[in-house]
Amino acid sequence: MKKFLALLLILAMTASFYAFAEEKFTTHEEYVAAELQSEVLVEVYVQATQSWWDNKITVYAANEEGAYFIYEMACSEEDAQKLVPGAKIKVAGYKGEWAGEVEIVDATFEFVEDETAYIAEPVDVTELLGTEELIAHQNEKVLFKGLEVVSITYKNDEPGDDIYVKVARDGAEYDFCVERYLTGPETEVYAKVGALKAGDVVDMEGFLYWYEGANTHITAVTAAE
Amino acid sequence: MMNRKTSVRKLALLCVIVLVLPLVLTGCHGSGGLKEFQVPARFDEDRQYEITFWAKNDTNNNQVQVYREAISAFEEMYPNITVNMRLYTDYGRIYNDVITNIATNTTPNVCITYPDHIATYMTGNNVMAPLDELFADEKYGLSGSELKFDGPAMDEIVPEFLAECAIDGVYYALPYMRSTEACYVNVDLVEKLGYQIPDTLTWDFVWEVSEAAMKKDQDGNFLVNGQKTMIPFIYKSTDNMMISMLKQLKAPYSTDAGEILIFNDTTREILKTVAVHGKSQAFSTFKISSYPSNFMNAGQCIFAIDSTAGASWVGTHAPLLDIAEDKLVEFETAVMTIPQFDPENPRMISQGPSVCVFNKQDPQEVLASWLFTQFLLTNDVQIGYAQTEGYVPVTLKAQQSAEYVDYISRMGEDNDLYYDVKIKAAKLLMENTENTFVTPVFNGSASLRNAAGQMIEEVVKGVRRKKAVDDAFVDKLYDDMASLYRLNHGDEQTTVGEKKAELGPLPGMAKGLLIGLGIVWLGIITYAAADMLKKKRIRE
Repeated sequence: MKKFLALLLILAMTASFYAFAEEKFTTHEEYVAAELQSEVLVEVYVQATQSWWDNKITVYAANEEGAYFIYEMACSEEDAQKLVPGAKIKVAGYKGEWAGEVEIVDATFEFVEDETAYIAEPVDVTELLGTEELIAHQNEKVLFKGLEVVSITYKNDEPGDDIYVKVARDGAEYDFCVERYLTGPETEVYAKVGALKAGDVVDMEGFLYWYEGANTHITAVTAAE
Repeated sequence: MMNRKTSVRKLALLCVIVLVLPLVLTGCHGSGGLKEFQVPARFDEDRQYEITFWAKNDTNNNQVQVYREAISAFEEMYPNITVNMRLYTDYGRIYNDVITNIATNTTPNVCITYPDHIATYMTGNNVMAPLDELFADEKYGLSGSELKFDGPAMDEIVPEFLAECAIDGVYYALPYMRSTEACYVNVDLVEKLGYQIPDTLTWDFVWEVSEAAMKKDQDGNFLVNGQKTMIPFIYKSTDNMMISMLKQLKAPYSTDAGEILIFNDTTREILKTVAVHGKSQAFSTFKISSYPSNFMNAGQCIFAIDSTAGASWVGTHAPLLDIAEDKLVEFETAVMTIPQFDPENPRMISQGPSVCVFNKQDPQEVLASWLFTQFLLTNDVQIGYAQTEGYVPVTLKAQQSAEYVDYISRMGEDNDLYYDVKIKAAKLLMENTENTFVTPVFNGSASLRNAAGQMIEEVVKGVRRKKAVDDAFVDKLYDDMASLYRLNHGDEQTTVGEKKAELGPLPGMAKGLLIGLGIVWLGIITYAAADMLKKKRIRE
């Protein structure tokens, strides 16, 4: 009888183990190769978030393999407070593409206990500006050096909303953006960018977002050395 | 111990509290106990007023400039009124912010809005200022004797547009601008596919041409444009798409009283048609892909349905562009009514901002707000704003003015103020005003509108995620939408979703856990039974 019971318990444990083991995460390579609207499941670390709104939050995320943009993930206001940089989350959703931005949409998430708080270091992609290779770094935290400011324009023609930044390098112009839901008017970077003048030469750090072409969401700006 | 008399007193007190508390709480909720607005006999110009105006623009700084100029001109006429503007580019954000501010009694004074939204605002006590008496006031009403500006009389406002601002027979807004939807067509690509554009687009024609455009060469390039990307038909507002299709088919949507009728068989057929073209990728939406005009300007879309108020972004020579110059292609743009089921009786939605006035403790402040609201209907503001996009002024006074007639007549003179696509879009609405319609407005109509659009979005996403859009799918969708948007299920029409749809197969993890639990319970029961048998044998 005891042998029978032991066998049953082993069977039960195996079934449960099978249930957990079945959860297969999508690697970044698989994510990049996946067809649009494919189901994806990733374990990532929060790098930054846009402001929570209407039970949704947009997350810039990364793990050691690569970066992700998770658009309007379902999230309570309470959980949004815990989505701080470094927090590990398991995200289930679908791969989408909007105006060139590859993102995870219709996502849900759960927190994963992990003492490691992975924060990606910015990658210097200055030399890739204007090349087709730049898109390989989409959504990553990136750094551009020695950009000359061409113009600073507020979305509504006055401070409060997004700031559109046009910069030049090696004779070509590029669009950057201060996304107010990421770094709003109360942030240092918003004020710093707003104070830039045409001709200033700066280094810019941000998340390599895409909107009909590269459109980095600026998170830091410093005068170029 | 409590004696009987004390007990009775306490019980009576409790009863009073129980009865009165809800009244107090409901009185406080939302309106902060605002009294019903009464029009003051005269406007007190010896006092200073500071009013807030929440305005919406279409990410178009020319519109912001018109607002600023309007405020400046108004403040010059009324130096005792200061107007503080807060700018939005999204109606949804305004709606949410107003809802939040109703609870704290910090609503704006004047707000660009949609009647659907007003119906929700009205659920608070006296939150909105009813405008009927203000309209009719001899001194400060429409074309009133004490106004310092030349505003329109009531009969100078386009009747169809004004009627849209009445809720349950009472006016709560003035129309500010009107637009409709247009189907912007890449004529060159239609003809390249061997088709001639009919006088009125039909749904059959648009679907057929869209499918024809999906053919590719061996390298995966679309034959029609030689590119890797082609989405022949993109609809910006899927809310409007569903609503317009139902209207054209004379199918139920809702009653005026708010009875939800959308979950019907016609909707089901529409969704199945959308699924076919969503699956082939001949059709997509703004939410799934991006702005139709960006694809169109890159030669990657043939039929782009968007607001006439988005016309400045459409076409090779559009004054507003969102794509790089090197992606722009040369093509002829036709501006047509949206596709129809019955071309002899075209129907299209009437949309565009209205402006409402919020009630406040101080009736003089409300009157000051009303004066500014009315000022937004003066010719300079109306014509100035209408010229920024394919909008139409809401007053006949502005539409028939020499300035506006001249503006329309100069269509195509340049690619800026007189941009032909923009003026064609405005003319489309003026020529079809009698063919426009609006949906009933009630508390919940904004949610119903959202549900209408989301069903299309879910179907397109569903088929691309390899789901079968069949009756079970639609049944579940109806249930989900009714639940998500709290659309009542009271009547027979809305009980379609009561056939509880399958929830789909259990996830593998859940299956494994259930199997495991079952095995454990089986083990426990077996062990207990064996133990009992053993004891029984021992006793025997």
